[in-house]
Amino acid sequence: MNVKVPLFLLLFPFAAFGQGFAGLGTTAADNFDVPELGTVFEFPTDHGQHETFRIEWWYLTATLTGDDGQDYGAQWTLFRSALEPKRTESWDSPQIWMGHAAITSANAHFHAERFGRDGSGQAGVTAVPFEAWIDDWSMMGAASVGEDALDEIELRARGGDWSYQLSLEATGPLVPQGQQGYSVKSEDGQSSYYYSQPFYQVSGSLELPSGTVQVTGQAWLDREWSSQPLSSDQTGWDWFSLHFATGEKMMGFQLRDREGESFTSGTWISVDGTPIALAPRALVVSPLGFADVEGREVPVSWRLRLPDYGLDITTTALNDQSWMPTLFPYWEGPIRFTGSHDGRGYLEMTGYEPAQN
Amino acid sequence: MILTTAQATLSHWKRRPGQLLTLVIGLALATALWSGVQAINAEARASYDSAAQSLGQSTLEILEPVSSETLPQSRFAELRRAGWLVSPVLEGRYRLGDRTIRIRGYDPLTAPVAMQPVNLTDPNDLLGFIGGTVGFVHPETYAGLELSETDLEIYAQAALPLGVLLVDIGTAQRLLDQRDAISHLVLWPDQPAGLESLRKLAPDLRRVRPNQTSDAARLTDSFHLNLTAFGLLAFAVGLFIVHGAIGLAFEQRRAMFRTLRALGVPLQSLVIVLASEVMVLAVLSAVVGVALGYIIAATLLPDVAATIRGLYGAEVTGNLQFRRSWWLSGLGIALAGAALASAQALWRVSKMPLLAPAQPRAWLRASSRGITIQLGVAMGLFLVAGLSVQYFSGLIAGFVMLGSLLLGAALILPGILSALLNMASRLSVRPLTQWFWADTHQQLPGLSLALMALMLALATNIGVGTMVSSFRLTFTGWLDQRLASEFYVTGRDQADADALLAFLEPRSDAVLPIWRVEGALNQHPGEVFAVADHPTYRDNWPMLRAVPDIWDLLANGEGVLINEQLWRRDDLSLGDTLTLPDGPNLQIIGVFSDYGNPKAQAIIGLSVFDRVYPNAARLGFAVRIDPEKVSQLRADIREEFDLPDTLMIDQASIKSFSLGVFERTFAVSGALNILTLGVAGFAMLTSLLTLASMRIPQLAPVWALGQTRARLAQFELLRAVLLAALTTVVAIPVGLVLAWSLLAVVNVEAFGWRLPMFLFPSQWLVLGGLTLLAAVLAALWPAQKLARTPPGDLLKVFANER
Repeated sequence: MNVKVPLFLLLFPFAAFGQGFAGLGTTAADNFDVPELGTVFEFPTDHGQHETFRIEWWYLTATLTGDDGQDYGAQWTLFRSALEPKRTESWDSPQIWMGHAAITSANAHFHAERFGRDGSGQAGVTAVPFEAWIDDWSMMGAASVGEDALDEIELRARGGDWSYQLSLEATGPLVPQGQQGYSVKSEDGQSSYYYSQPFYQVSGSLELPSGTVQVTGQAWLDREWSSQPLSSDQTGWDWFSLHFATGEKMMGFQLRDREGESFTSGTWISVDGTPIALAPRALVVSPLGFADVEGREVPVSWRLRLPDYGLDITTTALNDQSWMPTLFPYWEGPIRFTGSHDGRGYLEMTGYEPAQN
Repeated sequence: MILTTAQATLSHWKRRPGQLLTLVIGLALATALWSGVQAINAEARASYDSAAQSLGQSTLEILEPVSSETLPQSRFAELRRAGWLVSPVLEGRYRLGDRTIRIRGYDPLTAPVAMQPVNLTDPNDLLGFIGGTVGFVHPETYAGLELSETDLEIYAQAALPLGVLLVDIGTAQRLLDQRDAISHLVLWPDQPAGLESLRKLAPDLRRVRPNQTSDAARLTDSFHLNLTAFGLLAFAVGLFIVHGAIGLAFEQRRAMFRTLRALGVPLQSLVIVLASEVMVLAVLSAVVGVALGYIIAATLLPDVAATIRGLYGAEVTGNLQFRRSWWLSGLGIALAGAALASAQALWRVSKMPLLAPAQPRAWLRASSRGITIQLGVAMGLFLVAGLSVQYFSGLIAGFVMLGSLLLGAALILPGILSALLNMASRLSVRPLTQWFWADTHQQLPGLSLALMALMLALATNIGVGTMVSSFRLTFTGWLDQRLASEFYVTGRDQADADALLAFLEPRSDAVLPIWRVEGALNQHPGEVFAVADHPTYRDNWPMLRAVPDIWDLLANGEGVLINEQLWRRDDLSLGDTLTLPDGPNLQIIGVFSDYGNPKAQAIIGLSVFDRVYPNAARLGFAVRIDPEKVSQLRADIREEFDLPDTLMIDQASIKSFSLGVFERTFAVSGALNILTLGVAGFAMLTSLLTLASMRIPQLAPVWALGQTRARLAQFELLRAVLLAALTTVVAIPVGLVLAWSLLAVVNVEAFGWRLPMFLFPSQWLVLGGLTLLAAVLAALWPAQKLARTPPGDLLKVFANER
């Protein structure tokens, strides 16, 4: 048994929010900063790390189409978890890094996971010039002077027998989530700083065991940092990022509650990037179909309704088995949806435990 | 019926508890020695294995620098960023209080699972670990640490190897004062596909496959094989006792067997009952033996551990565990031994004519055929011994040779004794003398096993004694030469060392650098030393082979000296070239003796060292000074530099330390030696007791012819002494051949050095005296019994009432 499993379960005890994971333990942060309403993002500084917050991530998902006509999905994530709210240039820096990457096709799901720390340059994030990296995985800014550093990025990752290399170019602005980037995660007031870049056009190539596939498509980047724990009743979440055929976008999530009613929230993003925060519980999500994934009953098909926007869609997974068997396992994969709106997107689900026998 | 038969046969033991005790003690002793030795070996091997496994050394490949001691830490990130899954390790020796321990620093975030023995589940634990305030050691090592000497919080962790302080890579860099340095990179077993090759990315790094067997296990193999051989020998000797005791018990129950058979007990049932009886006793003895073995092992283990640490630098736990491997082997060998020892007796019972009385005379006739067969087997064994030394190499061949030699010598012993007795019998004229010789000859078959055991024990004693004494003599003389300098001092760091040199030069006759680097020499773990051109070396250094003007050549950088171990292992000759680690090829110009060092060693001139290893630490010095002034110098240095005593050592202390290691090494051999001799004496006693019970029919006629019982008893004593003396005489040459094989074959194979052999006749005299004393003691009881045999018993022989 890997001794690191329990280690990282405690280090990254994400119970969750938005795209990615928040959660941050079950005790309040000691000496860590907490998000405050009204703070204004400063770029490019805020593209870099915020070591005084306990947890942070650079989280990218791409829905792709190959030159073979097949659908693909790609994930690239760098997590930062701080043991203490400080950073040094040497090995004793209490910042821990964790990377997840994956490629999903209709019949395969490739994934990899990496760990690292400060002190050697093996992993880290620099705001200027922008780069987030762990080992040979990297998300590097390629924007021209005058543009936002995240407007153009080069993305690469590698697993045991696969790798990808993608060029991304934003066709819209950065989008603050929640109230100008202050994203509330529960009715108890837990929150995070959260912004996205949902307007990426992607081109690049996937190296798969079966050969090289040239791909194009869309991608969504989430940046989020926080210090606060989830409320203890929340057991997991289902999170959607949707690219509508109209050019509009939507982020929506459900936080499942052990006993009471689930909490849902989200943001509707217009074609020009204007975000409109959804009212709590305005979004109604209900599972339609389940699949057996690693001994768990996982709802891989959903119905989403948002009456105010005339939204009533059904989502289906490209691959029901888009399982990330990482130290903290979860389901993450590309979806398609039909109904009142058509389009593609990404679905992430956490907190589905194996059936008890 | 079987139950009744068993009751009858077992009643014998009730009447003779002493005999039962002999049997149980004999088998238990034999088992104890064997299982004790096995327990020690098992514990030591387990220590080596756990050391290698818990840190992944037995399973993981590493990348190590080709041309330096360490590599810059930036190489780690470079390779990671090129996609290679590697993890950094920094190792080094660290002084904590008065102890030197091995520090191992690693990165828990990137290290493969196989090298993570510590559970850092709690984020606070991880924070303490990477924050540099926490370290882990094995509980046994923990117990010996002066925790006040460090600001680290040290915790005990049983999964760690002994003598290792496990810390974070950053902590190790701080403690060892090697900022930004790592010793090697560990490679994950599975690497991603499509990476640029390491040959291109890291031409300065060498990929090293994991050691399936750890260095410690390989280095100490010979040591453990030695112990095993001793254990086996002790067991073989112990079997003679068991054989004697079982033989006696069967002999004394002949009448009972006869009666039982006459009453209708089938032969098969009788044999089954007797065989089961032997096996039950064997299991009982084995349990006692394994328990005794545990005590022996537990007593010897600390000494063995100290020896292994001193000789090989490997850590062995001082705590003995009850491992299945050795107690099962103890039980197994006890049962097998009992079966072997009782086979002859059982066979005799099964062949016994229903109404046959004891027939010692017939035994003799049968045994002269036996002697011829034994001689043939002995010759075969000698041939095996000769061939194994001629055509095979390796320690196993050495032991095959030793085993064949000893067994052959033992088998040939009855033949030699028989020939000597025949000769004596022919030379004597008086009837009583003739009877004495003939009677002695007649007893030979019954005693021969005990005598063989005695011979083996004596030969081993002489052989091992000669080896140890030769070694001691050579080693002491060699130490005097090798440790010519009066005082040795090491700086904590380069600044210290430079200041020391300046401080020492005006205060001494000469300051000689002792600089070294570690590295492989012809693929063996080794080290390279640099020496100055100074009479200290020219006059004293113990050379085995040397070209003329060797010291001039060395000073000019035109050659290299190698130690005997390297020379013998690789069959090198003067004039061959040796590649220094990361360095040039140099001609071998001399071979020096280097006892007690398991590693290959090379010595080069200072000029070469400066050129090839510019970055090596230059911390140590040997100081030539009037021995009277050493303690003053030590005090001055302590005052000036605040150097701890552990970094300064004078000649006398090193010598006593080295000799201490030496003595401890052979203390184990000595203890086993004495036990073996004790066992052999016991074997003699049981054999004589067996014979005594059969003697009456032969002695009665002599008594009837007018010899007193006391006189007859004197003859018995005389006979025992005579046979023991003859055996001793035969044992001396056998022991010397054994010593020669140990010194010239086994030592060379095991350790890589050959020792000159010295003879110590006074030792033989003492041993001979002890043997005769043992023989007298062993014969005294049976002789006394004879002297007190009621005349009526003697008369019964003629009344045919026996």
